[in-house]
Amino acid sequence: MSAEPRVGEFFMAGNYACAEGAIAAGCRFYAGYPITPSSEIAEHMSRRLPQVGGHYVQMEDEIGSIAAILGASNAGMKVMTATSGPGFSLMMESIGLGVITETPCVVVDVQRGGPSTGLPTLVGQADMMQVRWGSHGDYEVIAFAPNSVQEMFDLTVKAFNMAEKFRTPVFVMADQIIAHMTDRLVIPPPEYIEVVQRKKAMKQGPSFLPFDFSQDFPPMAIAGEGHHVNVDSLTHDERGYPSAKHDVSERMLEHLIGKIRNNLETIVQVEHYLTDDAKVVVIAYGSTSRSALHAVKEARRAGMKVGLLRLITPWPFPVREVERIGAKAKAVVVPEINYGQIEHPVREHVDCRVIGIHHAAGSLVPPDKIYAALEKL
Amino acid sequence: MTEVELVHGVEISVKHPRDELLRADRLPHIWCPGCGLGIVTKCLVEAIRRSDVPLDRHVVVSGIGCTSRLPGYLNLDTYHTTHGRAIPFATGLKIANPDLEVTVVAGDGDLFNIGGNHLIHAIRRNVDLNVFCVNNFNYGMTGGQFGATTPIGARTATTPYGNFEAPFNLPYIVAAAGAPFVARWTTLHVRQLLRVMRRAFQIQGLAFVEIISPCPPTFGELNNFEDGYAMMEYFRNYSRVDDHAELSTIGLSMKPPDPVVVGNFVDTRKPTYHELERELIERARN
Repeated sequence: MSAEPRVGEFFMAGNYACAEGAIAAGCRFYAGYPITPSSEIAEHMSRRLPQVGGHYVQMEDEIGSIAAILGASNAGMKVMTATSGPGFSLMMESIGLGVITETPCVVVDVQRGGPSTGLPTLVGQADMMQVRWGSHGDYEVIAFAPNSVQEMFDLTVKAFNMAEKFRTPVFVMADQIIAHMTDRLVIPPPEYIEVVQRKKAMKQGPSFLPFDFSQDFPPMAIAGEGHHVNVDSLTHDERGYPSAKHDVSERMLEHLIGKIRNNLETIVQVEHYLTDDAKVVVIAYGSTSRSALHAVKEARRAGMKVGLLRLITPWPFPVREVERIGAKAKAVVVPEINYGQIEHPVREHVDCRVIGIHHAAGSLVPPDKIYAALEKL
Repeated sequence: MTEVELVHGVEISVKHPRDELLRADRLPHIWCPGCGLGIVTKCLVEAIRRSDVPLDRHVVVSGIGCTSRLPGYLNLDTYHTTHGRAIPFATGLKIANPDLEVTVVAGDGDLFNIGGNHLIHAIRRNVDLNVFCVNNFNYGMTGGQFGATTPIGARTATTPYGNFEAPFNLPYIVAAAGAPFVARWTTLHVRQLLRVMRRAFQIQGLAFVEIISPCPPTFGELNNFEDGYAMMEYFRNYSRVDDHAELSTIGLSMKPPDPVVVGNFVDTRKPTYHELERELIERARN
């Protein structure tokens, strides 16, 4: 295999597409711990990264993996790790470290059935709330939910771009179906792939504020470049100095949360399918959106006025888009491979009837199950 | 020209000679009277000042605890991470940029309790880190509970009847895991500490130094050391320098007349992670 960027048309599984997306986005450091159903990402990275001069590090556990990518990111690299539910749980504490130190990184969670060891080889979508709230303390996250092999590539690139721009951990919430599905993948030439480069701090005098709260995205001080910066897991001021002052805590959190909440229009992404005249709208994401699309098409053929809203970014939650649907439709249907995790924020933002389809069988939500719900409405 | 100021008619310099390497605007530090961490800071600052590596390339990483507050006082690139995770964070930094001189300064609890797994694996990989473990035999910051280094019989906030768990013998574990450089000194041994830190910067591979330190208000007070000075007296009277000590025998009871065996126990050379990884990348690219 060559070190040249891969370009062209491929028949590839989602996990490999994700790894290729990372490399195309400029990722040159991967640290991880093998776990089903994400392991192919690690395997592909271990082969591909050395070819492009990058680093593949197999850590002793997922706690070490997230810590190692945060360290490497602070050394200036684009970094990634991939895991599944149990490993994702282990990463939670240091995901908060990435948030508070404003360290860009991409975490891929190929979701499987749970809780605990659960269904290692079978699909789940049950980490959707954990990704939002799993680390202690208050914070915002950016998460993508790919629903195809192509999106495993495209949204991984996008996740890197968001991480680098927003200086925060960004998540690719894949699932076992998408990760192991083999399909057509088009990798465009590099000049057709939008890649965001990190804004790095230039060497500055003693007045340099590495965590300037007045900017949403202050440039990042990289280790070894002469900034002499303190990067701290404690609540800190704009110099990076730890502080237990009330106003510092308020200003730091306002900055961390504000940089995402103030920029929703550049983050939030949804896809509409025949929602304009729909009386009933299915809201779905990831592999479930494929079943949903099938059911919606069938229902349309049977003359029902139904549509599909696909959440490409479940987080930040597409409030405006969901509210708009809720104001027009008489009901929304939320199928998920869990017990109603995204149904929760949907209920929060619509006034119409909400029907959750809770499917925890370790398999795709059968389109029939969604169709049956649509038929009853 | 040193700036001077008159205090009670005496000329004193406004700036401390080590201010360049300290975040003087963050002082005074948070440590208790009699704590050994001031001495460790002084030695580390001096070792960094005298090292051949430019200041900009020195990076100091820590976890959580009293010792882990140390890097925050250094005017360098410093990283105060999560509890137990200084080693993997430092591993990422060093692998991503091998030109950095990466030092981890953390406590016994951070490195051997919550972060023990990371440490033995960093040693196995021979990541080129300097690991300075300040051992005070308990969790100082949380009020003095027992940990993996607390001697048998010692009283702590959570062993009110005495500790019955066997402690780790740090140099023995680290040498067994394969560290190419292993040393132990106490905060009494300032010259040796400075020397060993400078040596650690030169070592290609993981250099481990255990630094025995007093913790007067918690471990000290409950275990017959009435203040920091009393423990320094113990170090003075009962330290035994032996570079060739049989490491399995140098566990610490912290009770006179049992000795505190100190020395530079292991000093060898083996390929580092970075050297081996560079070879692999060459192979993969051709």
